[in-house]
Order: sequence, then structure tokens, then C-alpha cells
Amino acid sequence: MLTEKAFVLGCSAIGAGLAMIAGIGPGIGEGYAVGKTIESIARQPEAKGDCTRTMFIGVAMAESTGIYAFVVALILMFANPFIGKL
Amino acid sequence: MDGIGQGPRVAFTIPIFGGIEITETIVIGWLIIVAVFLLCRFLTRNLEKVPTKKRQIIAEMFVGFVNNTVITTMGKKWKHYAPYIATLLVYAVLGALVSLLGLRSMTADFNVPLTWALMTFVLITYYKIKSGGVLGYLKGYASPVFVMLPLNILSEIATPLSMAFRMFGNISGGAVITALIYGALGALSRLCHLAFEFGGLGLNIMQLFIPAVLSIYFDLFSGCIQAYIFATLTMVYVSSAAEEEPETSN
Repeated sequence: MLTEKAFVLGCSAIGAGLAMIAGIGPGIGEGYAVGKTIESIARQPEAKGDCTRTMFIGVAMAESTGIYAFVVALILMFANPFIGKL
Repeated sequence: MDGIGQGPRVAFTIPIFGGIEITETIVIGWLIIVAVFLLCRFLTRNLEKVPTKKRQIIAEMFVGFVNNTVITTMGKKWKHYAPYIATLLVYAVLGALVSLLGLRSMTADFNVPLTWALMTFVLITYYKIKSGGVLGYLKGYASPVFVMLPLNILSEIATPLSMAFRMFGNISGGAVITALIYGALGALSRLCHLAFEFGGLGLNIMQLFIPAVLSIYFDLFSGCIQAYIFATLTMVYVSSAAEEEPETSN
């Protein structure tokens, strides 16, 4: 017999998993950024410091959406707001 | 699985105003402050014009690194920002690295990065008002057209919030993933009959070395990089907020 709480918990777990699909976006974006940085370092090795620094900032920016998804997943897993609504 | 995703524990309660709860984060923060103070005293004792001791060279290297970063990112006239950035950097790096000692990472508590991000937000607003005046600052919200007002307000709020979430998400995400994998390895080694028990102490073979490799990335690398990124973003935002300064003022 499926209780209400079990149903909500299961759906929350699925939701947390689905939320982490957002990790695809930053993954592709960061890979692209790093690839381009390596290309430019190979072309101009003396600009390595500048390229790396700028890349880290850009990668950190690109990561934001993934982090938001992760925070949503964390909330669903550990601080479930739907349980209180039953 | 205990302790995953839980907030910081309450260390003790001060019995005034109905009991102020002091969390682990605050205790660890003050421990770091004391440690940094003692470290600075140790590193800068008996300074010499031509350094011969190792500790003075280390101190000079760190100060030189921060000065260089501030000058290359913000420009020469912002050199007075180096102490603030250095403080942020040291506090953030040590706040993340205390997890290596088995303590709870300070930045895994959302309040800590949020406080730093709000400090950056105050600095941004201050320099925007200073460079454009109060009217110019308010006008900036309605530019280029008045319809953009809600979006501009949203993006202004999103700046500190995304900075705080980035730091918090990276550090606490590392902690959660490490704890999950630790639990999974325990279950796996019980499944493969690699778990032993001596008296009250349990030993799971698979839990021995694999989490340490992950810790190099999630604790060492991630902690240092996130501190660096936070400091860099602070510098970029603050100097770009003051950039609309009229040229005649210099």
C-alpha cells in the first residue's frame, strides 16, 4: 500500500535526479571554454597566465546554472518542502 | 549516511536574550582567525631588508602574489584593495581546507559566503553611487529604457546571490558527494565480504584509499580555486562598478 508520504518522497527523489540533468549544460560549456583556452595557449604560450586566469573566471560563471540545479536537488533531498504540505 | 546534508551543529548557547546559539561555523571561524593571527606573527617576526629566513620569503611571496593579482585585475590605483583581497583569500582557503582536519568546512554553511557576497554588494553599490551620484545610480536601473527596471533590479540582486551560491554549492557539494561515495563504498565492501569487525571498530577495505583521491579534488583543488574565483570576481565587480567614473576626477 503506497502511503502519501512515500509517494511524495519517491517523486522528490526522481525530481532531484532530474534536476541534476542540468549538469549537461555547464559540462559542455566548460569543456568548450577549456578547449579554446588550450588552443590559444598553444598558439601563444607566453600568454598562458592571462588565458588561464580568464578561463577560470569564465568556467566559474558557466558553472552557476549547474550549481543552482545542485542546490535544488539538495533541497529536494535533505530539506524537502513538500512533506510539510501533506 | 548520518550528517549528510545537515546544517552545522550548535556548539553551545550563550544564555542571554533567550539564548543565542553559537554554531560550529562560528567556532571554526574564530579558530581560523586566531591561527592566521599567530601565523602572521610568526611569519613577520624579525623582518630583514635582505631576507635570509625561509618564513620571510614565504610571506613576501604571498604578499607579492596578491599585489600582482590586484594590480593586473583592477589597475594600479586600486592597490589599496590588496589587504582586503588577501584577507578574503586566506579566510576562504583556510575555511575550506579545515575539512582536511576532520572539521566541518566553514564555507559549507551558506551564511558565510552570503556574508562575503553581501560585503561585495555593499562595495559595488558604494562605488556606483560614488561614481555616478545617487540620481545617476537610480537612473542606472531604468536604462536603457524604463521597461528594463524589473530586469535590472533582478540582475543586481542576482550578482551577490550567485557568488554566494557558487561558493556554497562547490564546497558543500564536494562534502555531500564524498559522503555519498563513502557510504556506497561501505555497502559495496560489505557486499563483497571485505568488511571486518574488530570489537566495536568496523573496517571496510574499500573505504580506505578511494575517498582520499576524491578529497584531493573536492577539498584541496575546489577549495583553493573557489576562494581565488571569489576574490577575482569581487575585484572585477568592484572595479567595473567604479569604471563609469568621470575622467576629470583624477
